[in-house]
Amino acid sequence: MLILIAKRIGFMVMTMVAVSILLFLVLEISPGSVATKVLGQYASDEQKNIWLEQHGYFEPLWYRYGVWAGNFMTGELGVSHRFKVPVGDIMWPRLWNTAVLGFWTFALIIPASLILGVLAGMREGSKLDRAISITSVLTTSIPEFASAVFLSAIFVFGLKWLPGTSGMINGFDPTQLILPVMVLFLYDFGYVARMTRASMAEVMTTPYIRTAILKGLPYRQVIVKHALRNALIAPFTVIMLQLNWLLSGVIVVEFFFAYKGFGALLLEASLNQDIFVIEACAMVAVFVAVATQTIADIGYTYLNPRIRFS
Amino acid sequence: MTDIAKTPSSSTGAALRSIALLRESWIGMLGAGLILFWVLVALFAPLLAPHDPLAILQPFAKPGTLHAASGTTLWLGADNLGRDILSRIIWGSRTVLIYAPLATGCAYVVGIIMGLAAGYHRGWWDTVLSRIGDIILSFPVLVLYIIVIATFGASGFNIVIAITFASAPGIMRIVRGLALDLRNRDYVAASQTRGETSFYIMMVEILPNARGPLIVDACVRLGYVIITIGVLGFLGLGLPPPNPDWGGMVNEARGMAMIFPHMTLIPCAAISSLVLGFNLLADGLREVSLRD
Repeated sequence: MLILIAKRIGFMVMTMVAVSILLFLVLEISPGSVATKVLGQYASDEQKNIWLEQHGYFEPLWYRYGVWAGNFMTGELGVSHRFKVPVGDIMWPRLWNTAVLGFWTFALIIPASLILGVLAGMREGSKLDRAISITSVLTTSIPEFASAVFLSAIFVFGLKWLPGTSGMINGFDPTQLILPVMVLFLYDFGYVARMTRASMAEVMTTPYIRTAILKGLPYRQVIVKHALRNALIAPFTVIMLQLNWLLSGVIVVEFFFAYKGFGALLLEASLNQDIFVIEACAMVAVFVAVATQTIADIGYTYLNPRIRFS
Repeated sequence: MTDIAKTPSSSTGAALRSIALLRESWIGMLGAGLILFWVLVALFAPLLAPHDPLAILQPFAKPGTLHAASGTTLWLGADNLGRDILSRIIWGSRTVLIYAPLATGCAYVVGIIMGLAAGYHRGWWDTVLSRIGDIILSFPVLVLYIIVIATFGASGFNIVIAITFASAPGIMRIVRGLALDLRNRDYVAASQTRGETSFYIMMVEILPNARGPLIVDACVRLGYVIITIGVLGFLGLGLPPPNPDWGGMVNEARGMAMIFPHMTLIPCAAISSLVLGFNLLADGLREVSLRD
């Protein structure tokens, strides 16, 4: 177990180095365009050169990367060109907002998709199974921006029940969370439900379930005591991996509803070549990806003892 | 030599058989029907579109408005610049049906070559390629697209490059897994004994036998790529205007959705129906392949 964690930390560091170098190369290919983005289109070459010199852009690339990496190790994330504040000041509150969004999304996805997936997988091919499978294909086929458009048309413009933007300008307002959470839920629950269904359907065909049914155990007991425990191992991994997906999934939703979250920050930073914000956000993204993967693997070996012996 | 000669004919036979079997899955047929509909629309766009997609007719026309100058009905209305939405949807189907298969195809070529090299040769090829794949996959895909396209500019070529870069590692993983299994088969050993080159073995012996799972994956992936192209258009990073592009249409009309919902609803319905087509087809193919 400790070896696994150590290996994963090694991989995480390697990935962070690779990703940060790649981003530096891509984003710093043309420093002139960075200056244009910061100073505006009508800045003179002279002004741009002064700005570039002040921000150390005439140093060689490897030197600037070294400075950034050194600062990063000590927790100094640099100053955003776009927002004119230290990166940490803007990134951590945004990350918190996205965590709130993600919490409510998963609070809905986990029970809904597990219950529906188990019900569908219990009797493969039944009418309920068909209905659940088709619903989940349908909802995963609708891109997030499209379901945001559809839901806004119904709940904002049609019924006028919910606010159409989620900027939270006048402080935290839970009604502004409903639509973004619904969109994320719709797009993602189908996938988890399908994985749960497949896992449950597989367990239901195993000999030990047949034995349990044949020896006359009540059906409910067979499901709850024998089938569920094994059927929920695979969905656990899937749900953990969805956390990573959430980081890119929120970009569209946050942009659409003007929610001040991590995804919207990353989008704005990318469009403005705001290198330090992009680098910091990317490091957070890699950390979340590797951490969730590691937790998924550890959880999997814990839930499924067979793995440990093979 | 005889069994080599037989391979292509039997694989066409298998392909025909699975098409025949697909008839039994109404989900698969429905998906194939949706895709066929959009392919026909894209092919016959010049004949079907009632107007030039860039012509300015009547700004903010609601669906079903009669356009006085040409005496035609704008069945789906017009956008904020007065361009006929029906014609833009019809021409927009060309954009998505050219770039999505092109990008997916490029990703498959790169992914298959990397996967075969990693799975068949193993050793350090496998280590290096898998590591690169792991690194790319551990990074949120959409962020990758946005950074690449925001930096290098929005163009069809850059969209294809970005999608290839981000999807190839996923395809590589699947191909690698299949190749690791297939390389131990007798027919691979036979052709190794015959002295075939490893390129020949990978392309002629292993790849055709890995096609089943790859075809299903390609359908699902095409759906995702269509969503991605739509999302990029929606974020303003798609093809530059005034090209009719479904995602871009939603982006342009977003601010007016409250008063003129048809401008955003129609392109959203179009893109969802096409993605649904690919997902249903993938489901149908999966169902049929399990039945064999």
